[in-house]
Amino acid sequence: MATGLHISISAERLFTLGGLDITNSMFTSVLVSMLLISFAVITKSKLKNVSKPTGIQNFAEMIIEALHGLVHGVTSDFKKTRLFFPFISTFFLVIISNNWLGLIPGVGTIRLLVNEEAAQMEEAVKHSSVLVNSVQASETTIIEDATILTTDEVAHEDSANEHSGPVAVPIFRPGTADINTTISLALISIIVTQIFGFKYSKFGYFKKFINFSSPIMFFVGILELISEFAKIISFAFRLFGNILAGEILLVVIAFLCPIILPMPFYGLELFVGFIQALVFSLLTLVFFNMATINHEEH
Amino acid sequence: MSTEFAVAFVMAIGTIAPAIAIGLLVSAGLTAIGRNPEAASKIQTNMILGIAFAEAIAIYALVVSLILKFV
Repeated sequence: MATGLHISISAERLFTLGGLDITNSMFTSVLVSMLLISFAVITKSKLKNVSKPTGIQNFAEMIIEALHGLVHGVTSDFKKTRLFFPFISTFFLVIISNNWLGLIPGVGTIRLLVNEEAAQMEEAVKHSSVLVNSVQASETTIIEDATILTTDEVAHEDSANEHSGPVAVPIFRPGTADINTTISLALISIIVTQIFGFKYSKFGYFKKFINFSSPIMFFVGILELISEFAKIISFAFRLFGNILAGEILLVVIAFLCPIILPMPFYGLELFVGFIQALVFSLLTLVFFNMATINHEEH
Repeated sequence: MSTEFAVAFVMAIGTIAPAIAIGLLVSAGLTAIGRNPEAASKIQTNMILGIAFAEAIAIYALVVSLILKFV
């Protein structure tokens, strides 16, 4: 597109920590987690046993009551609600905070100059160590020469590409706008579903997938297994696609007409962020419930 | 050159079916609420769930077109 519009589908690297690339969406999701944890700690320190709570206790009780009503409305069983509630409310609060953080001014626009050369130097060291091993030289002078030579080679190679030198990278990026976050959330959701199913029906739960009673039921079992994987992909892409599309929409609208016109789109993004968090939690809850149906109550 | 056409066509064709699906869902939901206004909140919850499933398909098309355009 035109110059000055910075759109990236994948999260960009901010710095490297012991061989692991820390991206801007990792950084932002850690920030959101710390905000949520500090909210919980502050609320707990100010709890009073009164019939009319005020202030932050009131706010927290409102949230807890609403989520509890949601969970109980689907399960209708207090024991199950007590078991599912922590997972569902955590999913909801984490996802809604991550989604809404992307709307704060500064997220996605404040940039940091990141040296791409650091990554290139590591590549050069790797190249040179491979060369040194193959040549079987052990003197330091030869190793240093090889490093200098390959660094020059890599620098010449990369100057033909786009980025050689510092690149401006947004510091913050909503955590859920990164496919890694959403895939991991989806994996947690589905794995915990299997664990709950196992907990309630022991090995009888897996009879849903491996069913030898008749050839048709065998294929139904295989389809059930495939549908579990399809659920992971569907969860991940639904959340990722919605939030990323919202980010790109806001960037493009602000680029085209920054006055007044972005307002309805901001409203849309607030709504979408809330709905996606609600849908993720509700679907997870429905799957939890389906996995733990008591077959004895007839 | 053909990539630009592909970007547009993926979205144009990929959102026809989800739009029809959401329309049918909401129509059935509204009929149900009209018949039984007391169960409105239960019906609404399930309707929103169904709409999210249908919209996810449109989002898959959007992700494909974004990848075609920007990668």
